[in-house]
Amino acid sequence: MDLTLSPEYTAFRDHVAKLLEENAHLAPGPEDKGLKHPKRLAWQKFLIGEGLTARAIPTEYGGYGAEPDILKSRIIAEEFARSGVPRPLAGQGISMLVPTLLELGTPEQKEKYIRPTLYGEMIWCQGYSEPGAGSDLASLQTKAVEDGDEYVINGQKIWTSTARQADMIFCLVRTDPEAKKHHGITYILFPMNTPGIEVRPLVDMTGSANFNEVFFTDVRVPKSGVVFEPNKGWQVANATLTHERGMLGDPNATKARFVELVELMKRETVNGERLIDNPLLRDRLMALQAEVYAMQANGLRTMTSRLKKESAGLAGLVVKLQGCELNHQIAGLAIDALGELGVLYGDGEHLRSDGSWQWRYMYDLGLIIGGGTAQIQKNIIAERGLDMPREPKLAVRA
Amino acid sequence: MEFGLSEDQTLLQETVRRFVAEQAPLDLIRKIAEGNADAKQTITTGMDELGLNGVVIPEELGGAGLGMLDAVLVQECLGYGIVPSGFLANVVASSTLSRVDTGLVQDIAAGEARFGIALNDLVSRRDGAGLSAESGELSGTSMMALSAEDATHLLVCDGEGKLHVCAPQDHQILLTIDRTRVFAELKLSKAKSHVSVTDGKGALARACLLLAADSLGVSQAMLDKAVEYAKERKQFGRVIGSFQAVKHLCAEMAAKIEPCRAFIWHAAHALDMDEDEASVMAFLAKAHMSDVATFVARTSTEVHGGMGFTDLVGLHYWFKRVGVNRQLLGSPAQLRQMAAVAQGLVAA
Repeated sequence: MDLTLSPEYTAFRDHVAKLLEENAHLAPGPEDKGLKHPKRLAWQKFLIGEGLTARAIPTEYGGYGAEPDILKSRIIAEEFARSGVPRPLAGQGISMLVPTLLELGTPEQKEKYIRPTLYGEMIWCQGYSEPGAGSDLASLQTKAVEDGDEYVINGQKIWTSTARQADMIFCLVRTDPEAKKHHGITYILFPMNTPGIEVRPLVDMTGSANFNEVFFTDVRVPKSGVVFEPNKGWQVANATLTHERGMLGDPNATKARFVELVELMKRETVNGERLIDNPLLRDRLMALQAEVYAMQANGLRTMTSRLKKESAGLAGLVVKLQGCELNHQIAGLAIDALGELGVLYGDGEHLRSDGSWQWRYMYDLGLIIGGGTAQIQKNIIAERGLDMPREPKLAVRA
Repeated sequence: MEFGLSEDQTLLQETVRRFVAEQAPLDLIRKIAEGNADAKQTITTGMDELGLNGVVIPEELGGAGLGMLDAVLVQECLGYGIVPSGFLANVVASSTLSRVDTGLVQDIAAGEARFGIALNDLVSRRDGAGLSAESGELSGTSMMALSAEDATHLLVCDGEGKLHVCAPQDHQILLTIDRTRVFAELKLSKAKSHVSVTDGKGALARACLLLAADSLGVSQAMLDKAVEYAKERKQFGRVIGSFQAVKHLCAEMAAKIEPCRAFIWHAAHALDMDEDEASVMAFLAKAHMSDVATFVARTSTEVHGGMGFTDLVGLHYWFKRVGVNRQLLGSPAQLRQMAAVAQGLVAA
């Protein structure tokens, strides 16, 4: 057990801290709205140039080209969190498509897509879930029928974030309806301005449209958009889902929210008494602090496993389930602590923290469901972590 | 930067695990619960041979020169096998006394001194209990003392939070749900205080963390037993472990236990590094681990169905071990309050 940083890494931390501090004025502010605002793109370009994002991506594709170093990535993330300087872009294109293309894309696909994606010039959305294919993603029915050099796509996707802004989609389609469900799927890329695509915003319980529905009617797309091979899309998708689960349940983000909650409970008073002086609320706060400590330690443990290129085992499998639940409980306590003011939502005189606790309480429930529901996570923990038997398959297939 | 166990620590863990599996089977534990002194001596002798009492004692005083992280690994193995032992009391005493009375610490390493500890004055005083120290003499009672029944020395805490070493006098056994371990009410009358240490909080933090590690081991054992049982037991023509209702109970236990393991390691490391946060972490680790262990004890019993309720299977020994650990030296709610005070969120 050694939680200290070697001189090389301490120096790296100081270097990153100094860079962020000296250049914070270049970062976009909340007024610079729009995914492609020039200030946002310029900031991204600066960060890539300094190796603060796209760090381990080869220079030939627009990355910084450093050796992969998990510890340095962590230091960078921590310094962004500590300084409060706006983070690099992190859409689904950057976090999920780019790693997939690096692993399985053709040279042409890498050449064409990675650089503009990294620089924020090309926005992507993910076409995975369908109304009839949620936890059972492999049962998806959006069809792609071959026609010369093209596929003709018909069907519907749902839970598609940034579909309205996206230039491109990475999409799972059924290319072989006769094959077993995992074997007839293809992973394909195509432009969102292709005729026949309709995007409808999907308003969720938070009151905003964080997601969309996407409808495909005779959408003709070139076969050159296939990643890896036709009918091998399930393998390709699994490569990206691994990246998504890694994003959910980051213990540093949880810690930051907990610290915010402590500040709130120290600052706010009811009947002249600080919220933190209420023993029942304080007890719940301390119970959550224990869980935050546990998830942070668990995060250090899984990071060490990754550094050693070992499997983190159960410690890794539980992160999404436990992390999302903990975030939800932190928001829940903030609302309870705020009492009747906890229900205020939307601009108004008595609103606290811009209504963000209510927003998080609702949105976090979405994250408990999205990216593999809590129930699916429990199946994974039981089957892969505890080696328990799988649910017997029904004899008859629908 | 490396968060994990060293090769030596893994080896230590394997050694103690093997000792527990081979030398402390449930049959032996049952005998101890029935009051068989020879059975208990088998454990003490075995642990002495492994040199476990000297784990945290510096090498120059005859110990292994290791730290709290190593001690919690040992304690976890003892909890796994519900092994009654004086390990916890000896570790707390030797780490408290290592800079104060090196002779006594050497005796612990050599197996000549065996400590009982009574720290309850730091946490709760009930039914008129409490120890007072006047002109170097200790009088009064202290409840739920650990390993006092065959101790050569006692480490006790007085009403002002000071620690003292004294010779055992009278005690009364307090029967609990857990008959594998002995808990006593100390009755002291003008017992001479040999050594006094001003601040008892460090000792309390260590004792709490060791109890947390013990409950971690118990929880892991109960999860393993539940999973094993669910893979064998058949109903409706299937092993019950293939039903999601049962699988999810097991997954929930694992999901709660696994982060506790990292937390306890981290808290032990913080004590070894003498970090400011160390006591807060130790108190919260025990509070949280106790809640998780209570959930696991109940859930594992349910997975075992009716068999979990029987004496035959013996799962109840594990159930009772965490039940007692939970209440010893601070219930979860008390410890959370202590953690809030220790980090200055509220006044004491």
